Amino acid sequence: MQAEPRVRLPDAAPFPVVNVPAVNASPSTADAGPARASSSVDPVARAYWHPLCALESLQRERALCTRLMGERVQVSLRRERCSVRAPDRDGIALPVVIRFGYVWTRPDGVDDPSSGLFELPEYDEPDRRNVHAATVGVRTSAPRAVENFLDMGHFPFVHTGVLGAEPHTEVREYEVALNEAGTEVLATQCRFHQPQAAAGASGGMLVDYVYRVPHPYCSVLYKSCPSDESRLDVIALFLQPVEQESVRAHALVSVIDTDSSDLAIRMFQQSIFAQDKPILENQRPVRLPLDPRAETPIRADRSAIVYRRWLSSLGLSYGCLPAPA
Amino acid sequence: MIGLERARRRWYPIAASTDLVARHVFHARLLGRELALWRADDGFANAWENRCLHRGVRLTIGINDGAELVCRYHGWRYANRTAECTYIPAHPADAPARTVCNTRYPLIERHGLLWCAETAGPSVTLPDIPDGFTLAMRPIPVAAPLAAVREALSELGPVHDGEPLPETIGEVLYLLQPADAARTVIRGLLRSRANRTTDQKADQTTDLAALLEHDERLERLRRRVETDPARRDDPVELQVAAPRVSAALAMPEARGEARAAPLRLAVAALERTADGTVLEVDLVPMPETTADEAPLPAAVPGAHIDLHLPNGLVRQYSLANAPGQTDRYRIGVLRKPDSTGGSSWLHERLRIGDVLAASVPRNGFALRRDATDTLLIAGGIGITALASMAMTLQRGGHAWRLCYLARSADRFALMDRLGPLGDKVEYLAGLTVQATQVAIARHLGAHRDARHVYLCGPTGLIDAGRKLAADLGWPDEAVHFEHFGNPAALDTAGGFQVQLARSGLSLRVPDGQTLLHALREHGVPMPSSCEQGACGTCRVTVLDGEPDHRDVCLNRAERARGDCLMSCVSRARSPSLTLDL
Repeated sequence: MQAEPRVRLPDAAPFPVVNVPAVNASPSTADAGPARASSSVDPVARAYWHPLCALESLQRERALCTRLMGERVQVSLRRERCSVRAPDRDGIALPVVIRFGYVWTRPDGVDDPSSGLFELPEYDEPDRRNVHAATVGVRTSAPRAVENFLDMGHFPFVHTGVLGAEPHTEVREYEVALNEAGTEVLATQCRFHQPQAAAGASGGMLVDYVYRVPHPYCSVLYKSCPSDESRLDVIALFLQPVEQESVRAHALVSVIDTDSSDLAIRMFQQSIFAQDKPILENQRPVRLPLDPRAETPIRADRSAIVYRRWLSSLGLSYGCLPAPA
Repeated sequence: MIGLERARRRWYPIAASTDLVARHVFHARLLGRELALWRADDGFANAWENRCLHRGVRLTIGINDGAELVCRYHGWRYANRTAECTYIPAHPADAPARTVCNTRYPLIERHGLLWCAETAGPSVTLPDIPDGFTLAMRPIPVAAPLAAVREALSELGPVHDGEPLPETIGEVLYLLQPADAARTVIRGLLRSRANRTTDQKADQTTDLAALLEHDERLERLRRRVETDPARRDDPVELQVAAPRVSAALAMPEARGEARAAPLRLAVAALERTADGTVLEVDLVPMPETTADEAPLPAAVPGAHIDLHLPNGLVRQYSLANAPGQTDRYRIGVLRKPDSTGGSSWLHERLRIGDVLAASVPRNGFALRRDATDTLLIAGGIGITALASMAMTLQRGGHAWRLCYLARSADRFALMDRLGPLGDKVEYLAGLTVQATQVAIARHLGAHRDARHVYLCGPTGLIDAGRKLAADLGWPDEAVHFEHFGNPAALDTAGGFQVQLARSGLSLRVPDGQTLLHALREHGVPMPSSCEQGACGTCRVTVLDGEPDHRDVCLNRAERARGDCLMSCVSRARSPSLTLDL
């Protein structure tokens, strides 16, 4: 049995956050489904830590049942310890870490938080507000959702009047590279014209972005902070690969902002997700094609091109359509 | 049931004509493949792969604007008939490569139904349905394989499932659409009673009653087939492969072959302005050279074609096409007193029905659609390119104005296109040089963020417009212009050395030869069009060395950067140039 990390339990029941496919149920009543040959499913993806839920969405003495890479998992919080079990594998315990306010586990059972997870130093800065903004179920693959998060070109068409507006449709040249260790994609000097970039802004302005993809199914966005020019606001997207073609998208917002309420931050993020969801659910194929001849790229897609090459080089296949040999 | 490979070559009804209502995109399915069906305002019905080429988003959630289908995700626009991508908003300054073209499927409209064949060969024809079958039944989708549906249906009447029709057909004919391995749509046609008797109303009532009766009968059959306990498990859904695309970036436009003229265009209409100096020509594809019904490559606004005239001359003409218009090209030809044989030949000799060879449209004068306000200034025949831009901006709901200057009021051309644009077009006739400058300065005003101006016309007008814009604080990148030709004579004095970085080739351009021709002589395929340094087709990237610009196409900033040149006229100031070829 794995050691269960100690966590601080919130005293009051947290505000409601929509958890779409997950349901709360007692672990004792959940029947053990058929064991799956899950170890044969993409060993590369199984060696990463994956998010299951926000810590604050767990309730004392109630297990949260969700799915990860096709198998059921139960997350429970007892005596201030968080545990994750796999009913499809005779109820074995899976390793747990609590990071950035979320519960993470590793399907291959290796309890080593030094690999398969990434750093997000901003989360620990004392003056930041870290808000769990949403958990949304989307019928898409995790890599498709990451690409959408990296994409600026759709702002005027999908997030009209918020993150972009016609006629300001141009995606300017930006830099993108894989880091030396080959563990992270970094896109810098991204700029996009936004109609209402900040609450106090009048008229449009160019907003600076930096994107990190430090995990095949997670991406972190840094954007200029309206209240402090020397700092950057952070929006992180953690995708839980429920199935090959189904995800739960967890969004963390980490900002220098003393004015907006948590509710306002959540409402904003959830309305953005609501605009993306019908687009993502109408992409075919649902899995991300790694064949460079499957879809037509443009210069604005350089981050996606590097991301797809990186997934290919990792040998990761869950949620992808590998390129023909 | 016939095998899948044979089925893919058969015609099946996939929608009713009435499903393609105005500005709608209809989702159809045939043999596991999703199709986006849409009718343009000109009545043409398109059947395309239901995916945007860029990121695979279904085009059935896109927007049918009457001439183009627009993807919901990134606003990529695809032309009616040809399915070519005409605009990529993320890169507003570039024209998409001509290779960016969605997959079309043959579609025929007959008997009130739309028929599609995935790979229609010439040997397979539509079923020869007798006259009088004009009543299309309501389609009944059945969750069962085609064979099971056909078996149940054969008790009711003759069934068409891709094979030749039965010999005897009574009052009803059932048509099966194999949507997927376990999904079949029953469509059907009834023989109408219309005009059988003198009582038209009674005939209509009889027709409606017959449709209703068949509808109820098919609904009962559907329930029986879907709940049949003897039925085995449904087969898995058919796997269809999406067509593969080029891995190359969608822009800029790929290099074409030198002065190729793959199109054969027939003259369909000729019009002259009141004073007879401008000839408007409508060119349509020659029917026998194109097997399908989507013949003309799409033209983005500002594009021109090379016309190869029977007297051996090659001349460039801008297209005054409306957005998404691919059934014809409209050009305007000014009769020039000093013509070297292009315009006078067309004015004097061209007749309806004549056939000319032409290049595909080239896009050297691309229109940005991300401007907050666009000003178009046309002088004389320069109106052709700008009329196309004006129609595009108007349809897209952009802010724009057109100032159209001509020597006299009876010289205004393209009035059938400009008339509907109303008072956004200002017509100015017979102005003096000073008055012209005042008018241009008034339209230009001070430069504000993201305003763009496009100038097309005689050299004097373009030079004046550029100077006024510069004086009023317009940055070079907001001032776009296209000359008809280069007023300077071609000068090929002095030789220089050229290194080609990609191919590793080294060559010498001798005194008396252009760089373009020297490159071609050494086997480098180079596109070109005007060969006077005006159109931008033969642009080459310069990696090292100092170009000697002789063109009329680059602006000051582009010239000063020295990172490209027009190979048809420009030469070298430095002893050697290194080109990205």
